[in-house]
Amino acid sequence: MLETTNLECVRGNRRLFKEISFSVRPGDLFQLTGPNGSGKTSLIRMLCGLLPPTNGEICWQGTNISSLREEYFSVVTYLGHRQGVKDELTVLENLRVSSGLSGIEITRKHALDALTRMGLAEHENLPARLLSEGQRRRLALTRLLVCRTTLWLLDEVLTSLDKAAVELIKSLIREHLAKGGMAIVATHHEMDLAAGRFQRIELAS
Amino acid sequence: MSTPSQFAMFRWLVRRDLTLAWRRRADALSTLFFFVIVVSLFPLSIGPDTQLLRSIASGLVWVAALLASMLSLGRLFAGDYVDGTLEQMLMTPQPLYLIVLGKAFAQWLVSEVPLILITPLVGTQFGWTRSALLLLVVSLVLGIPVFSLIGSIGAALTLGLRGGGVLLSLLVLPLYIPALIFGAGAAEASLASGSPEANLYLLGAVLVLTVVFAPWATSAALRISLE
Repeated sequence: MLETTNLECVRGNRRLFKEISFSVRPGDLFQLTGPNGSGKTSLIRMLCGLLPPTNGEICWQGTNISSLREEYFSVVTYLGHRQGVKDELTVLENLRVSSGLSGIEITRKHALDALTRMGLAEHENLPARLLSEGQRRRLALTRLLVCRTTLWLLDEVLTSLDKAAVELIKSLIREHLAKGGMAIVATHHEMDLAAGRFQRIELAS
Repeated sequence: MSTPSQFAMFRWLVRRDLTLAWRRRADALSTLFFFVIVVSLFPLSIGPDTQLLRSIASGLVWVAALLASMLSLGRLFAGDYVDGTLEQMLMTPQPLYLIVLGKAFAQWLVSEVPLILITPLVGTQFGWTRSALLLLVVSLVLGIPVFSLIGSIGAALTLGLRGGGVLLSLLVLPLYIPALIFGAGAAEASLASGSPEANLYLLGAVLVLTVVFAPWATSAALRISLE
């Protein structure tokens, strides 16, 4: 279970949000909304452990994530604005390398299956720089298919995706929740998937 | 959940960096050419005074190697920072220390090993004996990793800053001085028919210290830069 208490974020000399408290249990979908610049990305990065909160604390199974570090990272998958796709590597290499780095070695076949499901089947040997924005996003999201983490932190991952891909991601999240996973998603899309418990928090501008 | 071995992740990282370097060969080659050209400019500008050249050569090769290793520092983390890979690396279930060490190792293979290999060839311009050349190479083998490891701290600290290049040099160059003194001193000693051991031992000690502490400092710097 992920629990936050009285989170506060100050960037520069501006306070983005304060007193954010919530808890996410297995099977929960948590949506973050709010206008641009309201601190959605900052909140997600805090939950990733990349940005230390100005005040308050974030606990995973009752322990502060800053003291868990690597142990926490092994249950989290984060996908952000910057997709972590390498231009010089091919689609297949990108997937295998990024999952290898996050601690999961996948076979070529497993990787190809995942790419097929994401609709990138014929592009596996293409350098990633030739992909369109939406295809790059799909490639980054393929990691969700191969990772075995419990907590997904997704920051605006639905931008530049077509309708079919958005539906696909939603069904992935649904499957993930059904298996007892948790997902925290920052997006403006309608996210109520009628699966698990759904919470929404709106950050004020 | 089974945790994958740290070695496996290290291997993925090094393999990835080598593939990337191969697809951007020009970057690594430019460092090498820079080194060769800087070293060759001196005999041309000073003139064919063998005695003079021989006496300044060790220091000269060392300074050229130092500058060449500075060239590639800016690229060490910048690419991964821009496309978001670095964020992902900070969130791997393995210690960040290992990732930094892996990147430094790949960097060493790509831009520093060629530099060390070409040194004997470049050194012939100065009319050195074989044993003096060997000593120069040995001193570089011990010294150059120090440059890239210390440099990685600076590269991590200046990540994403405008004008980071200048700041990087200011931060890092003073820290290079001990390695430079011991390294050039060792190479010099053979020419003056002195004994290079003391300097080589000291250089080795500096290397051990940097291998242990620099990746740790770099990891801390990376976490700060990505906040």
